[in-house]
Amino acid sequence: MINPHDHRPGDPHSLHPSSVEERLWHGSSAVPLVELSEVSSSYGNTVALENVSLKIHPGQFMAIVGPNGGGKTTLLRTILGMVPVSSGKVLLRGQHLARGSLEHIGYVPQLEAIDWNFPITVEEVIAMGFFVKNRWFCAIGEKEKKKLHNIMERLNLTGLGNRHIRELSGGQQQAVFIGRALLGDPELILLDEPASGLDIRSRDDVIHFLHEINHQGVAIVLTAHDLNWVAAHLPWAVCLNHRLIAEGRPEEIFNPEVLKEAYSGELVVIHQDGMVMIGERPHAPHT
Amino acid sequence: MSLLLPFEYEFFRNGFITAIIVGALCGFIGVYVVLRRMSYIGHGLSHAIFGGAVLSYVLNINFFVGGGLWALLAGLLIHGISHRRWVGADAAIGVVTTSSFALGVAIISTHRSFTRNIEAALFGNILGITQTDVGIVIFISIVVSCALFVIRRPLLFSTFDPEVASAYGVSTGKIDLLFVMLLAVTVLASTQILGVTLVAAAMVIPPVIARYLTQRFQTLLIVSPLIGAFCGAAGMVLSFHFDISSAATVVLTSAACFLVVDLALLARGKKAAPIHDH
Repeated sequence: MINPHDHRPGDPHSLHPSSVEERLWHGSSAVPLVELSEVSSSYGNTVALENVSLKIHPGQFMAIVGPNGGGKTTLLRTILGMVPVSSGKVLLRGQHLARGSLEHIGYVPQLEAIDWNFPITVEEVIAMGFFVKNRWFCAIGEKEKKKLHNIMERLNLTGLGNRHIRELSGGQQQAVFIGRALLGDPELILLDEPASGLDIRSRDDVIHFLHEINHQGVAIVLTAHDLNWVAAHLPWAVCLNHRLIAEGRPEEIFNPEVLKEAYSGELVVIHQDGMVMIGERPHAPHT
Repeated sequence: MSLLLPFEYEFFRNGFITAIIVGALCGFIGVYVVLRRMSYIGHGLSHAIFGGAVLSYVLNINFFVGGGLWALLAGLLIHGISHRRWVGADAAIGVVTTSSFALGVAIISTHRSFTRNIEAALFGNILGITQTDVGIVIFISIVVSCALFVIRRPLLFSTFDPEVASAYGVSTGKIDLLFVMLLAVTVLASTQILGVTLVAAAMVIPPVIARYLTQRFQTLLIVSPLIGAFCGAAGMVLSFHFDISSAATVVLTSAACFLVVDLALLARGKKAAPIHDH
């Protein structure tokens, strides 16, 4: 099994995210998987996205960061065609996006949005992935079952198929929904805060799954709040606060100026041993 | 007194078969009703049908035709109103069902001659079930079950995870509407035996009991109708022997089953998984 944590920087065959990313899409002339061109959208009178232009290339691994209410989830929902665009355009492989035509995009919602008391097992949830591409009436035969079990094996869920989803650890729960997205053979998976509410071990499991999937050529776009987690594990980040503030490698764009513009607050950025760490500046005591 | 004695009467055989079919059908569709948190819609639709039942009687139209059209209209109205952003589903149900029920009451007040028929509509009446009615109930049950089987995947997806279902191309609005229509037809089929006041219980209690027994959705779809059918059958037999209203006995049998399962789980120290945390 591929372990993204065993990367060797400098090795051309390294699994380091940045080298994979460069091989797969950086500088590539290929048509972007998804292209947002000056996209704006709003909920009533509240502007959610303002002139956002962004390209997602095949095989890319990208985090979208920004403050609460800054439009991260709206951006994902816009790509999925779930949010009407007031101006600009969204193209999927150069074609206009239509709702329900997203057969190559998988979506993993926030775990908080799931009803954990719903009587459903791990296998039943993952099997929903077969329904993508509007294959509502096809039978789930031996071939499909084999595919389902292969995906469960890749995500270390073997033997857990009959468990209720609530009985799993946070990382395993996230893996179940990633598995559902994978079953539709997506070229791109969108994840809404996959690390939210998870402990360090579970977050490590999740990023491990995602790196493995990404190394197999699937583009991944996720939203995240933890900048240190993004800086440590993701090769590309987009800083969003209704409009696109910066895009690039985390070590390049996570600087005090960009973060101040995004979060309207003072953040400390420390570079040490090739790592970027972001911390909050303590409030000065009132005198 | 022999347990088989009531089966010597045709009215009982008709009622018994209808109770089993209606119990199973309500147990089946009830799984979705409970998981979609639509228990109140089931309750409301049954009350809305009361208006249609009274109107059918006054206009001398077949109950299933008049009540059915009325139920579908009520379902459409509830669906339409509840999907407006500023009106919640509970308020929409309240507006439509109480208005319809009030219409029924208003018509009754001007035609005092059919009090007995209205009692039957309110509380069910096995004496009024003919073999034709049994045939109609079987037909409705087959149609509703087939429709639920055909849409089972998008229905499950939109019940469990509506946002992602929508992203994956499920027309959640159309699925919701179709489900409300099927629910309306189910309520219609159940009204004659259970009455409009008690039909909702047949759609809620069996799935809740089944939920205590399984955590698997597919198993729930099998266990819940079986419990519904059992409660229908047992309720009818008990109703005959104790000379109690059949609808009330069916519901009380379901409630007793719920109590037994709940106490058994408590005695085993097993905490039953709640259907919803609030």
